[in-house]
Amino acid sequence: MSVQKAPDLKNPLPRGPLPVFPPERMAKTIEITLDGRKVTVAEGTTLLEAARSAGIDTPTLCFLETLTPVNVCRICVVEVEGSRALVPACSRKAEAGMAVRTDSERVRLSRRLVLELLASSVDVSTAPQIQEYMRRYGAKPERFGAAGHAETVAQPVKIDNELYVRDYAKCILCYKCVEACGVDAQNTFAIAVAGRGFGARISTEYNVPLPDSACVYCGNCIGVCPTGALMFRSEHGMRKAGDWDETRQTRTDTICPYCGVGCTLTVHTQDEKIVKVTSPLEQPITRGNLCIKGRFGWEWINQK
Amino acid sequence: MDLHFTNAAATPEEKAAIDAVVERNGGEAPRRSLLLAVLHAIQNRAGWISPGALNYACGLLGVPPAEGFGVADFYALFSTREQAPAVAHICDDVACRARGAEKLCVEMEKEHGPAGTNCDGKMWRRSPCLGMCERAPAAFVTVAGPQATEQALGAAHAADIEAALQGKRFPAGGAGASAPQWGQKAEQGRLKLLRRVGQTNPDSIEAFRDAGGFAALERALALGPAAVLAEVIESKLAGRGGAAFPTGLKWKSAREGAAPRYLVCNADESEPGTFKDRVLMEGDPFALVEAMIIAGFAAGCERGYIYLRGEYPEARRQLERAIRECSKHGFLGGNILGKSLRFEIEVCIGAGAYICGEETALLNSIEGRRGEPRNKPPFPTQAGLFGRPTVINNVETLLNIPHIVLEGGKAFAGTGTERSTGTKLFCLSGHVARPGVYEAPFGITLRELLEMAGGIGGTGKLQAVLVGGAAGAFLAPGELDTPLTFEGLRGAGAALGSAVVIPLDDSVDLRDVLLGIGGFFRDESCGQCVPCRVGTVRQEEILRRLAAGKPMGSVASELAVLKEVGQVMRDASICGLGQTASSAVESALSKFAIFKGRT
Repeated sequence: MSVQKAPDLKNPLPRGPLPVFPPERMAKTIEITLDGRKVTVAEGTTLLEAARSAGIDTPTLCFLETLTPVNVCRICVVEVEGSRALVPACSRKAEAGMAVRTDSERVRLSRRLVLELLASSVDVSTAPQIQEYMRRYGAKPERFGAAGHAETVAQPVKIDNELYVRDYAKCILCYKCVEACGVDAQNTFAIAVAGRGFGARISTEYNVPLPDSACVYCGNCIGVCPTGALMFRSEHGMRKAGDWDETRQTRTDTICPYCGVGCTLTVHTQDEKIVKVTSPLEQPITRGNLCIKGRFGWEWINQK
Repeated sequence: MDLHFTNAAATPEEKAAIDAVVERNGGEAPRRSLLLAVLHAIQNRAGWISPGALNYACGLLGVPPAEGFGVADFYALFSTREQAPAVAHICDDVACRARGAEKLCVEMEKEHGPAGTNCDGKMWRRSPCLGMCERAPAAFVTVAGPQATEQALGAAHAADIEAALQGKRFPAGGAGASAPQWGQKAEQGRLKLLRRVGQTNPDSIEAFRDAGGFAALERALALGPAAVLAEVIESKLAGRGGAAFPTGLKWKSAREGAAPRYLVCNADESEPGTFKDRVLMEGDPFALVEAMIIAGFAAGCERGYIYLRGEYPEARRQLERAIRECSKHGFLGGNILGKSLRFEIEVCIGAGAYICGEETALLNSIEGRRGEPRNKPPFPTQAGLFGRPTVINNVETLLNIPHIVLEGGKAFAGTGTERSTGTKLFCLSGHVARPGVYEAPFGITLRELLEMAGGIGGTGKLQAVLVGGAAGAFLAPGELDTPLTFEGLRGAGAALGSAVVIPLDDSVDLRDVLLGIGGFFRDESCGQCVPCRVGTVRQEEILRRLAAGKPMGSVASELAVLKEVGQVMRDASICGLGQTASSAVESALSKFAIFKGRT
């Protein structure tokens, strides 16, 4: 029999038997009013989750289930009775008795304006989700003036490595790539937000090329990018040549052959060639994340 | 954390400057919270934040270099590009503009070329409000090197700025210019917050004691924390930083959280036209230390931070000296006045970011991060600095505390109105005969206040009064009888904010003022949320087109779009900056025919 030592606080590895989890408690439920309907949700539920569970589709851009909410895009705002400003549904927790309106005139105006402000300053041509929202809310970004009148974030594409490109003219600054590169997934910290105000941007230190940065090419930033600002070099090249055609593509789920973890790969093929690899967010172990091998280690297959 | 660095290496001078800060601060706070102090040290030594110096600093503090760069690149007083070591920041904000700032900029351009260009190791640039409005036009001059200097000059002349750029040191300005009211005998006995400013030597702890200092601390220690808290609640003291939140409730809420708790004094006074906190800190620094010890005692905080804006070098000198003296005399540290009370104060220096006056952005800044506001809830009293319960109070708010302790909450609430209790400091600048900080009981009207300051200056004909700063609103000459209280101004569709009062005479082009305000918010938006990041840009673009008489479509259609941009900034921005970025513009457009008939 081994003697169990006092816990070493500096090095808190489990030394004894594995901890036993307490039996699951039924979560306390609370009642809120959503667009006039009484809804019962578990305590700790966000307004976004509450709305979704009630079948109310709430638009999101900077939110992703696998990342910490940063509530910066403000497209998910809803109106909470008694609150002066609108609140972000993605991070605001439901409170008992809260009366929430998800489709009031104020809410619709804010959502439309957020889309117009974004689309008037950012190239959203490879962001189908934003385009769909713009149709839904009747957004007309040209109200702010044609090119030359309204300032944009237009800039040259950054192509500094073999695997992926960074086209920050398409960046809406949703912070997702920074989160995926940081504590929410990869813990590499190769990129961060630099600058301020309209000049705020995603950058390596002193804007050094990726090969000089801490980047490990896991591509998890590409996996979370909602606008195509971060893109496989293969996809970027095909789009430029006019060859990219999603109607001709098929997606096949398989298991990564490289190591024992067994990550799920979704292989995108066009004309019997692999054009990119993603991983499903719903996969409970990897939550959409891969490493350089899984995400990029297939190009040799096309070279037969 | 496994960090990756480029090959860039720090110079021996940069290393020494960084090491000195890290060695000086061996406290228990996370090392990352030293980042701003370290970046200041690099900037002061080398004149910019070089890749090598940043690598070295990030290695010592365990900060990924990309994040360190993001922080350095956020603050206006840090430069991530090599630049001239001597820099003159010339204020061109509303108050200074009304008193010759543009002329000064023209002179600077003649001497040193266009703003931002290195001319023989010297350069100048335009700056938002420097908090020296009573001595407009103001300049802030920094010279990097082994004997770095930082000086605020006002009223600034081109020749003095030139001398400061060459390293000459000027004596700090006199309190008489900043608080002209103390010279008026009739007011002398009635002043509370200003009573020692200009009267008592701010360098001397003995002079402070002789003038009644520390009496409130002794009484507070005798009363006990619960009784002090009860008095503050009864006083109905509301925050003086702009939001007017009840101070007592804030303390109570923080006290209910688990220790360790922190007290943060918000001294990042950056609302254009505001300079009252600077005058208090320069003129009565020991009073702030005393007030913070009492606040920490009552709210259950063992550690206090003063977040001071980087453009206030004299206030910094005074506060650091006052803290040193208080530690020496047993008012700070482990055993205050022989009681088992522990309290320490650290001064953190901001680096040129209006947004850091927002309380949660300020917390991030102390923690060594970009000054981006946090989402609320949770509120700082629940999860604030380093995630702990935190009380954040403005300088002027805190300076009311000793008076409440001495006279009792009920008596304090007897001054002012039912909902705005006590006296208030007003910052008068622009076209007023005697600019400065004035103290008056809440309820004084705008007209009475302007008379107290000698009436309208400039041409003598009043056009408009900007109340509350860039985030405030304009009042028309017909609204001079508005009582200056939280509720009175709300009734006039304005807000007291930080009690800025800038009268403008009829020679001022309000279009210029609005353009200045539009540009200010565009420059000072942190960039985090879409409504503010892009909305402030679109607001400025529309104002520019209207001011140039070249609207897109018609004036009416431009104004309609401007109104919608204003509403989404107010409704959907994360913090108070975006939520108020359109308020002055909207109030001016509703009260004055600024762009009418300009199609």
